Amino acid sequence: MYSFEPSDEQKLLIETARRYATDELRKASHEAEEKKELPLPLINKGWELGILHASIPEAYGGFGERSSLTGALAAEEFAYGDLAGAFAIGTPSLFALPILLAGSEEQKKQYLPPVIAAEWNPYTAALIEPVFDFDPNVLKTTAKAEGSDYILNGEKTFVPFAAQAETMIIFAKSKKETKGFIVPKGAAGLQVQEEREKLLGLNAVPFYRVKLEGVKVPKSYLLPGDFAPILDASRVAVAAMAIGVAKAAFEYSRDYAKERDVFGVKVAQKQAIAFMFAEMATEIEAIRLLVWEAAWAIDNKKEDASQKAYLAVTGAIDMVMMVTDRAVQILGGHGYIRDHPVELWMRNGRGFAMFTGLAMV
Amino acid sequence: MIDFEIPEKIAGIRNVVETVAVNMMRPVSRYFDEHEHEIPWDYINFMHTATRAMGGSSMAASEGKKEGPRFGFQRLAVMVEVLSWGDAGIYLDTPGGMLGSAAVSATGTPEQKERFLARFRGEKPTFDAMCMTEPQCGSDTAAIRTTAVLDKEKNEWVLNGEKIFVTAGHKAMLDSEGFIVVWATIDPSAGRAGMRPFVVEAGTPGCQVTNMEHKLGIRASDTVTIVLQDCRIPFENILGSPEVITDKASTSFKGAMATFDATRPIVAAQAIGLARATLELLKEMLAERGVTIRYGLPRQKLTSIEKDVIDMEVMLRSAWWLVLKAVWMMDNGKPNALESSMSKVRAGDVVNRITQKAVEIMGPLGYNREHLLEKWFRDAKISDIYEGTGQINRLVVARQLLGYRSSELR
Repeated sequence: MYSFEPSDEQKLLIETARRYATDELRKASHEAEEKKELPLPLINKGWELGILHASIPEAYGGFGERSSLTGALAAEEFAYGDLAGAFAIGTPSLFALPILLAGSEEQKKQYLPPVIAAEWNPYTAALIEPVFDFDPNVLKTTAKAEGSDYILNGEKTFVPFAAQAETMIIFAKSKKETKGFIVPKGAAGLQVQEEREKLLGLNAVPFYRVKLEGVKVPKSYLLPGDFAPILDASRVAVAAMAIGVAKAAFEYSRDYAKERDVFGVKVAQKQAIAFMFAEMATEIEAIRLLVWEAAWAIDNKKEDASQKAYLAVTGAIDMVMMVTDRAVQILGGHGYIRDHPVELWMRNGRGFAMFTGLAMV
Repeated sequence: MIDFEIPEKIAGIRNVVETVAVNMMRPVSRYFDEHEHEIPWDYINFMHTATRAMGGSSMAASEGKKEGPRFGFQRLAVMVEVLSWGDAGIYLDTPGGMLGSAAVSATGTPEQKERFLARFRGEKPTFDAMCMTEPQCGSDTAAIRTTAVLDKEKNEWVLNGEKIFVTAGHKAMLDSEGFIVVWATIDPSAGRAGMRPFVVEAGTPGCQVTNMEHKLGIRASDTVTIVLQDCRIPFENILGSPEVITDKASTSFKGAMATFDATRPIVAAQAIGLARATLELLKEMLAERGVTIRYGLPRQKLTSIEKDVIDMEVMLRSAWWLVLKAVWMMDNGKPNALESSMSKVRAGDVVNRITQKAVEIMGPLGYNREHLLEKWFRDAKISDIYEGTGQINRLVVARQLLGYRSSELR
């Protein structure tokens, strides 16, 4: 039966996440971007809201069951506060969810409990590669079976907190398929580039290049399950975050346009601007429903869940670029000045086309 | 609890309607496009018989039960989507209450509802229509000039004016014993506050259908001009309670707007049905020519056609959920003026972009009348015009988003 209303529990979660996003993340956003660092206590506070914990069953130390939809609702709120913060808080999910979705029973028992410990820990994952035609289903990083081991070779980029991470998952091509491999810190041949990546946006998150030169891991470190559900989880998460960023940009530019005078009226009273708002809000709501549908399809194990997740993220990429671009445009010259957050949102907005792999719900 | 599963009750009726669309609409689509002003009686009679057999008076008939979740508008949206998928023009010839009935349902008293809507349960298929637009005004509905003057001696309203672009007006007034709902002013100096809806029944002297338009698309549907010349109707034909006559708080205009909250998503659903038909046919035609769409690939690896088709799917699917959310809110008694207009804005855009692109992609085949793509391109345009143009709906959406009254955002 159709319904477009979150459950009472979800509403409570949304409210809590929004309060944290508005009161804490948003306020720290500008300084974090300029100083290129998010304060650890701030990340921890978001971590303590327990979004990931609620996705992990009790048997593995959590207190819930994964719901892509609930995760998407929370992801939107975090990203509404600050995208860098949302990515940072969710980084351990990049490690935990692939294990939950594709790991063996032993792997789940061994790796999940420490991840969802009290404090936020930079467990991470490496999917994206530094090539223009990156395709998560056709990776250039390879894993070759050799005796009782796998040998990994290749190069990864956009690996959040790689330098600090105790353990990470490396995605590599194994027999024409994308598979996850657990790779501990200090494995021979694993090189985390010293200097952080310099990016268009998201400067508050430390991203690193990671090189793999003959990294040897035992066969038991392979996640046996399929990659598809992991990719779906990421596409939905990224798409949900795009909605959060777009909503932030919409609201900020709307409030500005209602204050700013032009030709004796407010900027927002001009149809040229008002129509932009109508289109921005319509597009945000339309794509939000598409993302919800994809998350719902995942949760209900629908056959076409993967296609829905793909469509959702495809729509979200265009939507967030359109909305953040217009937000800057509506502020005019002021939008171009870094004192206002819209330029950061526009920079972050452009990134969604390549963020798949950086968030999961 | 968020849920995207179609309710069983609606899924059942959807299957029935789909059979009608496939068997009774598609095969005659081209014929009625090329024979403008001919009436698809086979479809009409079938729909009338079927609706009667199911005990209803029209597709839009209310559920008539008080308990449990309500589905009426969701069901209607789903049915309209499928019928419009069959043929957007023929769908508009569906007998039983349409826009006129929607106005009666939204603003009429219980007695009026019984009196005016009972006819749809009769032996013969019956139609209604809504008369708002006039030669000098469309979206600016407060500028209508048709007048209604009360003749106190005879207790009758006397209507004078000219209404244009009346969808199904010919069928309502000449091809059946239907009615039209005429929006007229009882006080030309009062603007919106003076506007009232009146029911004029078929056969009323002084009410004449004077012209049938020749249109770009939806040619199976008649669009007429109606002239009211000293047209006398009983006092009780003013919709709403008698106080509305002296009430200057413009509640009646709000009634018109409330009608739009219900009807805009339905018109949007029509756009979606047509858009879906187009996308499905496009994919079929492409597949026949060896072009399949590779979902899941990164953007930069897709062909231009694949990108276009995937974008169409995104647009179509997301717009459909906007429509369903708007009607779901309607069914659940949630104020939906914003969502209703949003769904209309989006669906109007989407159907035009999809039909335009489909003709472009298929090139000479798209432009050829051998296929339906060119017809659907023509049919689509109306969705961005009637029941409020994309622009007036953007204005409605923007006013609500920005918290402006119409005087503040013109």
